[in-house]
Amino acid sequence: MFSVAAGRRTARRVSVDLGKEQAVMKKDRKMSGFLVLCLAPAVILFFIFMIVPTFNVFRISLYEKGAYTPDETFVGLANFKTLLTDASFIRSMQNMILLVVVVTIITFAFALVFAGILTREKLKGQNFFRVVFYIPNILSVVVISGIFSAIYKPENGMLNSIIGLFRDMTNPILWKGQSLVMVSIIIAMVWQAIGYYMVMYMASMASVPQSLYESAGLDGAGRLTQFFQITIPLIWTNIRTTLTFFIISTINMAFLFVKAMTSGGPNGASDVALNYMYSQKDAGLYGYSMAIGVVIFLFSFALSALVNKVTERETLEF
Amino acid sequence: MGKKKNTASGERLYKAFIYVVLIALAVTIIVPVAWVFMASIKENSEFYGNPWALPKGFYWQNFVDAWNSANMGSYMLNSVMVTALALGILLIVALPAAYCLSRFRFRGRKLLNTAFMAGLFINVNYIVVPIFLMLRDGDLWLRKVFGNGFLLNNLVVLAVVYAATALPFTIYLLSGYFATLPHDYEEAAYIDGAGYGRAMWNIIFPMAKPSIITVILFNFLSFWNEYIISMTLMSSATGQKTLPVGLLNLMQAQQSAAEYGIMYAGLVLVMLPTLILYICVQKQLTEGMTVGGLKG
Repeated sequence: MFSVAAGRRTARRVSVDLGKEQAVMKKDRKMSGFLVLCLAPAVILFFIFMIVPTFNVFRISLYEKGAYTPDETFVGLANFKTLLTDASFIRSMQNMILLVVVVTIITFAFALVFAGILTREKLKGQNFFRVVFYIPNILSVVVISGIFSAIYKPENGMLNSIIGLFRDMTNPILWKGQSLVMVSIIIAMVWQAIGYYMVMYMASMASVPQSLYESAGLDGAGRLTQFFQITIPLIWTNIRTTLTFFIISTINMAFLFVKAMTSGGPNGASDVALNYMYSQKDAGLYGYSMAIGVVIFLFSFALSALVNKVTERETLEF
Repeated sequence: MGKKKNTASGERLYKAFIYVVLIALAVTIIVPVAWVFMASIKENSEFYGNPWALPKGFYWQNFVDAWNSANMGSYMLNSVMVTALALGILLIVALPAAYCLSRFRFRGRKLLNTAFMAGLFINVNYIVVPIFLMLRDGDLWLRKVFGNGFLLNNLVVLAVVYAATALPFTIYLLSGYFATLPHDYEEAAYIDGAGYGRAMWNIIFPMAKPSIITVILFNFLSFWNEYIISMTLMSSATGQKTLPVGLLNLMQAQQSAAEYGIMYAGLVLVMLPTLILYICVQKQLTEGMTVGGLKG
C-alpha cells in the first residue's frame, strides 16, 4: 500500500534526468519490496490477532450472541442496560477498583522508598537484595497462587501456624474467607509486584548525580527532604510512565490472581470485572461478556488518561 | 562533641533498622519459595503435622507421580514446544518489522508506529474472548467445508497467538534500540554492494544482540508462565495442555484429594526452569529493566 504510494511520489519528484530517474525508481522499487516483505507479516499478525479482536469486543457487545444459538441478533445497548442492574457486575467493578487503587499505592510507596534506601545508602549485600526481591516477578501467577494457598491454608498453613504461637487457634483465621479474601489477594499481588518496580526505580535513581545530594546535605536537608525534594522530582517522568502502565497491568494481574487463587469466590466476594467477563463467556453469554469487556476497556483508558493528566509536572533536567 | 556522638549512634540505629526491614522482606520472599521445594519431597502423611517440620527423607516418588500419572511430563513438553515456537515466530516477524519502522522513512510509517504503540495499551486478556470466538467460528467453517477444524486445541495456533500479541512490546523495545544506531553502518554496506536484506541481517542484527537477548528473556518468561490464553484456546478436557494450566487443574483437584506432595512437585516443575534461567542471566534481566519498563 505505502510502497506504491512512495514510489509514485518519488517518481513525481525526480523528473530531470531520465536515466537518473530510472535508477532511482529501480532502487525505490527494491526498497518498497523490502519494506513490504519485512512489515507484512507483523502487520498481518497484529491486525488479525489484536486489531480485529479489539474491534470485535465493541461489535459483539451490541449483539445477543450465545454458545448455543447459531445466529447473533442485534440488540443495541440492551446488554449495557442489563449490566447497570447486575449486582454481581457492580461488585466485580468495585473489587477491581479497590485492587487497582490499593495495590498501586502500596506497591509504589514501598518500591520507591526501598529503591531510595538501596541506592542512597552504602549497604552490604545490595546485590543480594536486588536479586532476591526480583524473584516473585519471574514466577507464574499459578505458582504464586500455589505458594499462597500453602501460606493461607486455615489448618497448618504457614501464616496461621506462626500466628498460632501468639494466640489460640481453635478457630483458625480463614484467609480466603468472605471477609479477608480481598486482603489476602492484595498481599499476594504486592508480594509479586514490589521487586520489579524497586529494581526499575533503582536503575533510574542511580542516574541522579551524587553532587545534588551533597550540596543539599550541606544546606542541612535531611534524608526525607532529599528524597522528596530531589529524588522523586528528578525521576518523576519515569514514575509517571510506569504508573500508567502499572494501572493497566494491575487490572489484568487482578484477574490472573483471582482466577488462580479463588475463581472469584467465596460467593463472588473476590470477583473482579475481567474474571466476571470470563465467567460469562464460560456460561456461553458472549454478547453480555463483551459488554463487560467494553466497560473494562473504557475504564482502563479513562483511568490512564486521568492519571496521566493528574501527574503532569514540568520535566526537570539534571 | 556530644551532639556529634548522638548523630553517629542515630546513624547506626537507622542503618540497623534498614537492615532489619530489608532482611525481613527478603525472608518473606525466600521462605515461601524454599518451603515449596521442601514440601515437594515430603510424604503425604507429613502434611498433617507442623508445616515447618523438615522432610523426613527425600520422597522422590512425588515427582515421578507428577511426571507420569499427573501428566506433567507431557505438559512440560507442550510448554517447551509452544514457548520455543512462539519465540521463533516472534523474532522472525518482529525483528525485520522493528528494523524497518525505526530506520526507513516511508509513507504510512507514522500510522504503523502509532498502531503498534496503541497495541501496548491493549491487554491480551481484554481480547482473549474475541480471539477464542474468531478461532471457534473458523473451526465451524472449516468443519463445514473440510469436515475437520484445527484452529482450537492446537499448540501451533497457540504459539502464533502468543507471538502476535507480544508484537507491540517487542517492536517497541527493538525499535528503541535500532533508532540509536548511526546510519553510517548501512551506508557503508550499500556502498560495498550489499542489498537491504544483507545489510539488515549481517550488519544490524548482530549489533542488536543485547536487546534481542532482553526480548527473548522477557518473552520467554511471559510465554512460559501464561495460562489464560492457553486455558481458553486449549479447552478440550482430554486434549493437550501447557504446564501452568495442567498445574492449575492439579491444584484445583488436590483441594479435595489431598495429595499435596504431587501438587508441590508440580509447582517445582513449573518454576524450576524460570529460576535456573534467572540465576544464569539475572544481571541481564535486571539491567534490561530500564528498557523493559513498560512490560504489560
